[in-house]
Amino acid sequence: MAIYLQTIANGLMLGALYACLAVGFSLVWGVLNVINMLHGSFIILGGYLTYFAWHYYGIHPIVMLPVVALLMFALGFVLQRGAINRVVSAPVLTTLTLTFGLDMILYNLMTYWFTATPRRITLDLGAANLGPVVLPVDRLLGTGLALLLTFLLYAVMRGSNIGRAIVAVRMDRTAAELMGIRTDRIYAITFGIGTLMAGAAGVVFALVFPITTNVSGTWLGKAFVVCVVGGLGSVPGALVGGLVLGLVESFAGFWFGPQNAITAGFVLMLVLLLTRPTGLMGVKGYE
Amino acid sequence: MKPLAQYAAIIVGLVLLGTTPLYADNYILRTAATVAMYGALATSWNFIGGFTGYPSFSTAAFFGLGAYVGTICQRNGIPMGVAWTIATVSVAAFAALLGGIILRLRGHYFAIGSIAIVELCRLIVSSWSDLTGGGDGLNVPLIHASPDAVTRLFLFVMLGILAASLVVTIIVDRSRLGFGLRCIHQNEDAAAMVGINTTAYKIAAYTLSAVFCATVGAAYASWTGYIDPTDSFQIVMTVKVAVMAILGGAGTVVGPALGAAAFVLLEEVFWANFIDWNRAILGVVIVLLIFFLPGGLLSLRARLRRASGGAA
Amino acid sequence: MSREPILRLEGVSKTFGGLKALTDVSFSLDEGEVVGLIGPNGAGKTTLVNVVTGNLRRSSGRVLFESEDVGTQKPYEAARRGLARTFQIVQPFPAMTVLENVTAGALFGGGADSLADARDKARESLEFVGLAGFADRPAANLALAARKRLELAKSLAMNPKVLMLDEVNAGLNSSEIDGALNLIRQIADRGVTVLIIEHLMKVVLSLSKRLLVLHHGQLIADGPSAEIVADERVVEAYLGQKFAARLKEMHHG
Repeated sequence: MAIYLQTIANGLMLGALYACLAVGFSLVWGVLNVINMLHGSFIILGGYLTYFAWHYYGIHPIVMLPVVALLMFALGFVLQRGAINRVVSAPVLTTLTLTFGLDMILYNLMTYWFTATPRRITLDLGAANLGPVVLPVDRLLGTGLALLLTFLLYAVMRGSNIGRAIVAVRMDRTAAELMGIRTDRIYAITFGIGTLMAGAAGVVFALVFPITTNVSGTWLGKAFVVCVVGGLGSVPGALVGGLVLGLVESFAGFWFGPQNAITAGFVLMLVLLLTRPTGLMGVKGYE
Repeated sequence: MKPLAQYAAIIVGLVLLGTTPLYADNYILRTAATVAMYGALATSWNFIGGFTGYPSFSTAAFFGLGAYVGTICQRNGIPMGVAWTIATVSVAAFAALLGGIILRLRGHYFAIGSIAIVELCRLIVSSWSDLTGGGDGLNVPLIHASPDAVTRLFLFVMLGILAASLVVTIIVDRSRLGFGLRCIHQNEDAAAMVGINTTAYKIAAYTLSAVFCATVGAAYASWTGYIDPTDSFQIVMTVKVAVMAILGGAGTVVGPALGAAAFVLLEEVFWANFIDWNRAILGVVIVLLIFFLPGGLLSLRARLRRASGGAA
Repeated sequence: MSREPILRLEGVSKTFGGLKALTDVSFSLDEGEVVGLIGPNGAGKTTLVNVVTGNLRRSSGRVLFESEDVGTQKPYEAARRGLARTFQIVQPFPAMTVLENVTAGALFGGGADSLADARDKARESLEFVGLAGFADRPAANLALAARKRLELAKSLAMNPKVLMLDEVNAGLNSSEIDGALNLIRQIADRGVTVLIIEHLMKVVLSLSKRLLVLHHGQLIADGPSAEIVADERVVEAYLGQKFAARLKEMHHG
């Protein structure tokens, strides 16, 4: 019994992290109709910024969070304005290839500057016990931050003018334009927010996982799965998708061994793609 | 491009690559073989990505599976040529089955699904260690000959596969199949309404896009003598092949092979001179390609003609 | 009346989730007939065509084409059998030339032996609809009226036995409509069975002697145009009195 509770707890903690990781990717896909292959590297970049601030200047990761968020938003805004916007209505082959090319550049820059050595932030916070379940405090902190960030994005999308404008553009671009919304600006802001969320997820991940460019593809893969499982472009969708993936990986790891945990996630995604292409939440996405 | 110009371009290209052993060193030969190999991969991708317009990123899955099937056969004493044939046929059958399932997806979902296939293959091969050696990889029985002779052999093998893929491309391009695939590319619903069995046509295109990749994968494994999951199933490779085809001109007969040649040569230059920046430079090439040459190298001719026509 | 009808629907229903789009629709078309299908927006006219051509699968009932149950056919099978249609919103292959568009119809739906043969048939078809001069233009460059003709040419190249025209005249001006009417008449003269879905009464009445009326997914009337137009029940339920009066006038005039 205890082992199952522990597996569920691990799955939920992991799931919250996945939700936070994927929510920006989902937003960009849902609103811009772009599969952003840069997303994994954005997460790593956020992680590196946090690591180096902590390592060299002793700045606490939580203090770095707003700084990273701001920097990443600027990076995303500029990238969309300068590059991605030029092909934003092109077919998926074009947009995916372009963001992949940009990712190769960013990836190379990061390996050159930071080397491929895995970096790790160790806060030594110990572990908490909840009955028979052991919860490492750094992971708990990461989970809490991930949920907080996801909720913040939700609040922004629901409560602010920008958020409502983004939703309007997602629903019907032409109608939004007729209402006087400047879609190219909304696209840039959306991409900025997507990048911001990736960077913020990177800060959170730096508390839990080692940082290295080698895993950017892995994180990107998680974003794919979460989006397909939860449906596109909605924060609750990403949350559901993240939690489901976390639980599936946790249980698959427990039953079939850790090496098969990731496989289970991809199998889940393929099955869902073929049976429910709009995701578990059933929000109809774009093609 | 007129048919005659196509034939001429293909023959000139094959002769250029095939005559390198007469004068060049081992390095050039290897580069020529690599050009032929990626030429065959890009020409294969063209069936589904170029003609049919489905953004497939499964190339590396077919390549990797071909490599593994071929290697496992060879390790069990099956002669090399037979092993390659088994790899080709079994991967083609796999692609046909898989196509029946994932070709129901369109657009972004198809792209994601086809990438996931590569990852899934890698993960399954990694964890099925009894058969595949897992992450440690597998050794392939070596060919006992001088390095030069081996390189020469694989140059001709890769050229043969490239030639075969081009011949099939020409046939498809002229046939109902090619015409039907172009219709699907333009408007899939309308294609069904004029009487095209879109499902069967798409599966045919997807299978064709797998056949030669599998042969190339099996031959590549025999060439290098060692395979592992990370190298066999690379997302980078899968995107690279699509980029090559776009670089030359997706949907044309000779464009993808031409793009592969240009890309491999660029890559060689970068490897030689800027080893730390290889990846970034390729990234820049991709970005420039998408911005300034979306129709590929072959579209340049049309542009030049228009420019000179406008001046006259 | 011993000959079997070419197309017969028996108790066809179609539901989307809980919504009934078609309820128990039965009618038949005889070979060579020209029949109009009318009804207000949302009556289920396009759904009916979609069910016949396999774009949608009927929920219950039978669709018989030349006495064969084709209720589960795919769109491409319908096309090859000779059940052709045009769409309310035209569906060309935009980057292909006009000739290539029609060639596709002849090659895949019309059972042409070869590409060359298909091209010949396509030229004939273009000649017939008056688009021969546009053969080498990209389809995307055509104006709306020409694009509608292209759809007709494409359908004709498929050698249809039954041709279903879904609002072919929508968006055309009156001289363009007259041209299209002539064309449809000529198609009917070739012995093709034609089902015209229209909301323009003038068009339907000038072409077809028989009318089907669909209302809320139910076939509320089926008979000679003159009777249908005079049928108080149809008029009241669907057309409204003012419109009915105008129709009567047209008919007697």
